[in-house]
Amino acid sequence: MKHRFSFALTVAALAALAAMVAVPAQAAADEVTVYTTREPALIQPLLAAFTAQSKIKVNTVFVKDGLLERVKAEGERSPADVLMTVDAGNLLDLVEGGVTQPVKSAALDSAIPANLRGADGSWYSLSLRARVLYAEKNLALKSFRYEDLADPKWKGKVCIRAGQHPYNTGLIAAMIAHDGEAKTEQWLRGVKNNLARKATGGDRDVARDILGGICDIGLANTYYVGHMKASKEGTDARKWGDAIKVIKPTFANEKSGGTHVNISGASVAKHAPQRANAVKLLEFLVSEPAQNMYAQANYEHPVRKGVALDPVVAQSIGELKIDPLPLTEIAKHRKQASALVDKVGFDR
Amino acid sequence: MTGRSAFRRRPVGALWQGTSVLIALGVLAPVVSLIWLALGADWAHWTHLVQYVLPDAALNTALLMAGVGVLTLVIGTGCAWLVSAHDFPGRKVLHWALLLPLAMPAYIVAFAYLDLLHPIGPVQGALRWMLGYSSPREWRLPDLRSMGGAVFVLGFVLYPYVYMTARAMFMTQPAHLMEAARMLGESRWGAFRRVALPMARPALAVGLSLALLETLNDIGASEFLGVNTLTVAVYTTWITRTDLAGAAQIACSMLLVVVALVWMERHARRHQRYGSAQRMRAIQPERLHGVKAWLAALFTTVPVLIGFAAPAAYLCWESYKRLSQGQGVSTGLWMSLGNTLTLALGVTVVTVIAGLIVAWATRNSVSTRAPSRWQARVATLGYAIPGTVLAIGLLTPALAMDAGIARLLHLPGLPLMALGVVLVVACCIRFLVIPVGGIESGLQRIPATLEQASRLLGETAFGTLLRVHLPLLRPAIATSALLVFVDAMKELPATLLLRPANFDTLATWLYAEAARGTYEEGAVAALLIVVAGLLPVVLLARTQLQPGAQPLENHPE
Repeated sequence: MKHRFSFALTVAALAALAAMVAVPAQAAADEVTVYTTREPALIQPLLAAFTAQSKIKVNTVFVKDGLLERVKAEGERSPADVLMTVDAGNLLDLVEGGVTQPVKSAALDSAIPANLRGADGSWYSLSLRARVLYAEKNLALKSFRYEDLADPKWKGKVCIRAGQHPYNTGLIAAMIAHDGEAKTEQWLRGVKNNLARKATGGDRDVARDILGGICDIGLANTYYVGHMKASKEGTDARKWGDAIKVIKPTFANEKSGGTHVNISGASVAKHAPQRANAVKLLEFLVSEPAQNMYAQANYEHPVRKGVALDPVVAQSIGELKIDPLPLTEIAKHRKQASALVDKVGFDR
Repeated sequence: MTGRSAFRRRPVGALWQGTSVLIALGVLAPVVSLIWLALGADWAHWTHLVQYVLPDAALNTALLMAGVGVLTLVIGTGCAWLVSAHDFPGRKVLHWALLLPLAMPAYIVAFAYLDLLHPIGPVQGALRWMLGYSSPREWRLPDLRSMGGAVFVLGFVLYPYVYMTARAMFMTQPAHLMEAARMLGESRWGAFRRVALPMARPALAVGLSLALLETLNDIGASEFLGVNTLTVAVYTTWITRTDLAGAAQIACSMLLVVVALVWMERHARRHQRYGSAQRMRAIQPERLHGVKAWLAALFTTVPVLIGFAAPAAYLCWESYKRLSQGQGVSTGLWMSLGNTLTLALGVTVVTVIAGLIVAWATRNSVSTRAPSRWQARVATLGYAIPGTVLAIGLLTPALAMDAGIARLLHLPGLPLMALGVVLVVACCIRFLVIPVGGIESGLQRIPATLEQASRLLGETAFGTLLRVHLPLLRPAIATSALLVFVDAMKELPATLLLRPANFDTLATWLYAEAARGTYEEGAVAALLIVVAGLLPVVLLARTQLQPGAQPLENHPE
């Protein structure tokens, strides 16, 4: 029996050795590795364009949750060069978690407005998305304030995704920053009372449920409008998109007067083995051609001034007047916002 | 010959035990790392959790598990008994078709039903047309996004776990016991209730616990249908509040409850033994006639229709629409299929071998005083922790070991992570309970006298395993292997966190489509998951449901 075991052990050891040999040697100089919570299909065209231009190969790891934990655990041996997320809060978590490093780049600083990047160069916004109102297309409604969502006249007519989703906690955090926690709680209770169905599903479900007669209005992100309204005639998505019109809400608050936006953004990883390539990639992503692709292929609002919107987006949403509240200020209130969602039982 | 003396005399036995202990420690590593995390944080947020989060989440979890438990038990046991002890129209097809929902990931079924049952979907559209309404604003059904909807979806997807184990048990139950009960005056129902059902209890417990742990673990379907369970609470605490320690605390408390439940079930039947050395003669199905036959056919057809046929037809239709619009199957998708199959195969081989080692080392057929059986119980833990939380727990120990090995061999980066070894280990930890449970209950049914005879005739413990038990365990091993394969193919959360660069599986592909809110674009990927899952399920049906699969058929007289 002993022989059989030692034979098995030898085989296992040999297999392990063979596997080790197969490990690629130190990443070549013409590579860059991106860890992202963004869906790869959305950024793949951008990354392909970068590779075509720079001859630098891009490796991607799409991580859903736990990006921070993974990079932390990988430590100084981590192959990650660029960390890319949606939602400012997620990005700032990475910075606070100590897995990023500041970089200096005139190209980045000149392309991105100061309120959309870290002052020390530790994080950068790459694209913008606003939280807007989807309304049944025949509804007589010209303007809207986020506060109106709690108005009893909308009872049983509001659809929205889970309150705990970062898109919503971001908005609630912004409201806390504007009006304080007590007022925001009252507002959230009002919105909860107005819900037509459970706070669940995705942003596009708002449009679909408006078509399905479940609700009349709801909050969702801008780029889905482009996706739906630009879909082929006859597809489901196009029908949902055609059922709604978009209104850009503002805060009632005087100092605001703008629409709540969130970002997708990126940082350079603290132990990036290809730091120079990482910076090159970021600089490419805010260059004019790449920002054009963000607008045309993803229906997002570019961060760079002077880049044209996608025609469908331009027609159904148009330029944004952004709430001037700094993203860092909003991110500060995010945990408070999440606790508030629990407290009022918004997702219950 | 007690286990202890054998243990002392034979180094092979020690090696065997040692390996088993090592495997158990591997499973424990992420758990310990989670407990470490949980203890390292403050408990201040528990006032908030206890006040606003946990009561509702615990109630939801209890309701969901109770609902799914009842549904899977009734459907699984009912169908298994109907096709085992009765003959009716369609039985020949149904007895294997009842396994088909195993190929369906719960989150895909949830997506499918939300579309099918949406006010603007085909079902409500047809109903409105029949009732003469023109718009959903005039009339519509209640929303699927509710507790009832989640019980419906999960119950009809997960019942095969119970069906499969119950069916295997009923098939191999000795007919003479049932006949004795009938001769003693029991009705057919009474004999089922008082003989067949209690005999099937270990199998039902295994099946039911798999279904319930799947329910507890589910994040896709229940979150999508708006049911906030404890698992969802763990997520929210971790992701939204960036409070990993708090999430670990909730996860550890959930784990305690699971361990307590499993222990209670085992404790309740600790003195029962289910082995029988009698030569088996399987129950002969009784032919049903008239209304009874049609009711039996209906009862067994509905689960297949709801759990498989309707969502599969929906996926086919959606895929057809995509493909006819000129969206081909990309090379990336084919590569994902390859990755999925490779990963599932690797996970299956590793998990089944590990499971066999643990189950054999902790068996109690001869060595009743064997060192201890804690390894086998530990194996349950992996399945009880939500996939992402398990993966998070594994990150620190696995990557520390990875870095250590790399340093030792002067390799760059993190080789085990880059090769996907960490991912395979995570899946193995997650699914270990399947082969351990399956092989254990298989071992329980092999009479201890066989092992005693073999050992008395001079065979070693290992030789006894090879020459006596392995042939008898073949069906149990095949079943476990196929189940692990199907589960590994559907695995999503651990893969999302631990995969190497540029590595996609069908599940992550589909998730990616769902993540950008275009899940209907993922129809092709979803269909591929189902199609690739069908083969093992059909094989499963063959190994499980063939008369030749009876574990004791070849048992020498």
